[in-house]
Amino acid sequence: MSDQAPKFKVTIDNISIEVPAGTTILNAARMIGGEVTPPAMCYYSKLKDSGGKCRTCLVEVSKGSEKDPRPMPKLVASCRTTVMDGMEVKNITSEKVVDARKGVVEFLLLNHPLDCPVCDQAGECDLQNLSYEHGNEATRYEFKRRTFEKEDIGPYISLHMTRCIMCFRCVYTADQLTERREHGILERGDHAQISTMLSKSLDNEFIGNVIDVCPVGALTDKTFRFKNRVWFTKPVDAHRDCPKCTGKVRLWMRGEEVFRVTARKDQWGEVEEFICNDCRFHKKETKDWVIEGPSMIARSSVIAQGHYAGNVGTKASPVLIDKVIGKDPKFLLDIHTISDVNKPEVHLSQINGPAHSDDFSKK
Amino acid sequence: MGVKLLLEHDKVEGIRYYDAYRKHGGYRAAEKAFKMSPADIVEEVKKSGLRGRGGAGFPTGMKWSFLAKPEGVPRHLVCNADESEPGTFKDRYLMEFHPHLFIEGLLISSFALGSNATYVYIRGEYAWIPDILEQAIAEAKHNGWLGKNILGSGFDCEIYVHRGAGAYICGEETALIESLEGKRGNPRMKPPFPAIQGVWMRPTVVNNVETIAAVVPIINIGGDEYAKIGVGKSTGTKLLSVCGNVKNQGVYEIDMTISVEEFIYSDEYCGGIPNGKKLKACIPGGSSVPIIPANLLLKTAKGETRYMNYESLSDGGFATGSMMGSGGFIVLNEDQCVVRHTMTLARFYNHESCGQCSPCREGTGWMYKILKNIEYGKGKMSDVDLLWDIQRRIEGNTICPLGDAAAWPVAAAIRHFRDEFEWHIKNPEESQTRNYGLAHYADPIHVPATA
Repeated sequence: MSDQAPKFKVTIDNISIEVPAGTTILNAARMIGGEVTPPAMCYYSKLKDSGGKCRTCLVEVSKGSEKDPRPMPKLVASCRTTVMDGMEVKNITSEKVVDARKGVVEFLLLNHPLDCPVCDQAGECDLQNLSYEHGNEATRYEFKRRTFEKEDIGPYISLHMTRCIMCFRCVYTADQLTERREHGILERGDHAQISTMLSKSLDNEFIGNVIDVCPVGALTDKTFRFKNRVWFTKPVDAHRDCPKCTGKVRLWMRGEEVFRVTARKDQWGEVEEFICNDCRFHKKETKDWVIEGPSMIARSSVIAQGHYAGNVGTKASPVLIDKVIGKDPKFLLDIHTISDVNKPEVHLSQINGPAHSDDFSKK
Repeated sequence: MGVKLLLEHDKVEGIRYYDAYRKHGGYRAAEKAFKMSPADIVEEVKKSGLRGRGGAGFPTGMKWSFLAKPEGVPRHLVCNADESEPGTFKDRYLMEFHPHLFIEGLLISSFALGSNATYVYIRGEYAWIPDILEQAIAEAKHNGWLGKNILGSGFDCEIYVHRGAGAYICGEETALIESLEGKRGNPRMKPPFPAIQGVWMRPTVVNNVETIAAVVPIINIGGDEYAKIGVGKSTGTKLLSVCGNVKNQGVYEIDMTISVEEFIYSDEYCGGIPNGKKLKACIPGGSSVPIIPANLLLKTAKGETRYMNYESLSDGGFATGSMMGSGGFIVLNEDQCVVRHTMTLARFYNHESCGQCSPCREGTGWMYKILKNIEYGKGKMSDVDLLWDIQRRIEGNTICPLGDAAAWPVAAAIRHFRDEFEWHIKNPEESQTRNYGLAHYADPIHVPATA
């Protein structure tokens, strides 16, 4: 690999890395990992042409390249800008970037209904994570939020257009993964909407993947609708022999019950392998699956809280709380001092299978 | 009387048709061009210093020389006739009354760039113009100026007129290309630039109608002669479409040497402000460029006379200057309300945002709603700063320049007319019954003496 493709040296937030030519700034930053990685709401490495739309991944290029050291005049979308040799990029070290990102988060939340308490995506929502890390504590928007009439797009997928942030990922998924495209954008500007053109229901075998690629709760699983909160269910890796897809999935279980089936996601919240509708919607019993063990959970804020030992990627840092309230969190009460059932030393991922109240019993 | 190049035969009867146009020196430039090599034509355009007339003012010769020329891949010239900027209607005039000048320009440019299929993407609202152009194309073809083996040169060229469906965003070159391909008119991410991958992923040059038309006089008189007209880097002549509170609205050709004051008040051009009213403000280059008050319009911040050319109009940057833009000269007299005016523009950009990237999609609507509140007496003092903050976060952070175009008018209005916004907010009832008026916007600007 290194023999054929020339390697470019790129410095992101003063950390240098050598990447193959043609890599985007975002992917170079992902290779470094940690806080220098810009957030991405619309870019999806598995979908061609995605990215560049949400503007959360804007970075400042303070030095274009070794040959042409001029800085780029505007902030650039790191997901669509390829690195040049000797490029110097500023992400969190640039005030301009931090300010612009704050603005983008505000814009994204402007018309978002913030109905997280009744949204199935809550707990694994990219917009929640993004606003928690980069947003303001309150909005300055004083007008009525834009709403859409609800459109029924079939028995398995629920489309909640008011929550949509127009990342276009589902459109690319429908376009590139399924054979027929019946999924597109209507209208323009702030009343643009995702629609299935004349309300055709989507009966393609892989269309369920639009649920996984949706960064917010605009597309959710109807078979899981209002059944449980994601953080009460335990993610377990499982597989089955599937004639259509690889059959490698993640089950979300509580007790012996399978609440939801999704594709496995990597540390950037992206699907590792797309799964078919059959696995996703119809195989909801433990006996359908060969359980491999508890999943390694990456970034998703709520699910990853505390007790999963197998966190991969960035560690949940206490500094995040600092950013929001401006001071260290103050413990009002340590629940373990009065609780009879909780055992803080128990790591959920070390329990074989979904947790049961017996596991926490102090007796 | 300034030099006229594009509208030289404006008063000739029947210039719209082939015979009259040919009799008055039409297609002479094409004859000349076909004896030159394509590279020489590009060189001639480079020498002329012609700058893109669509708004950005990018040197045309340089743009042409960026065109990639891979073996075996067709190249295209696309003419951007999607003139949708509020206040700009110069291209309409050219296409409607001088279609053959335009077609001759297209022919020469196509020959220079090696485009066998040239497209004119015309604004959907210009419903009657495609017929005029198609008739002119048929006439030109009939007389051997289009089609196969033009003038025995071996060069084939066809011109296709493509009607847009009425979206401002399709005036952005990559959105125009998408729309031309039959897709939703969303701007593309750059790079790759159209010069490398444009229509159907082939190398493409997108030029404005006036730019294309200006190629004809450049070939006729030569690039060096053309460059002598005008001042500095503002060479040649420029069409301006004047609207608003002036006596004579319309399209004028100027050679960029006259002052703004002369342009507004001389009888040869705008003829002054009617009914004895006073000049309050002006948008010199179409709705997207910053609005400037009368005092900064006629004189720069340094106290020098401001001229009608690219450099002088942008003297002082956005702080005290504006832009030549696309030449939509909008004049506002003392009876006009800048708040209302800004609101109207914000409404336009809100309506025309394509919805692809977040800052523009959400921000334009937000700005419009706040401006509506202020205009209708429901504003708060903090709204002005909020508006400033919103526009600042839109500008430069979007995929295409529509975000900038939406942010600049608001920014300039607040920068120069903050008093008027604040007056609207402080006097919610009075502001509904009368205008703020001229106030101090035409007062001479104090120029600090230099030692």
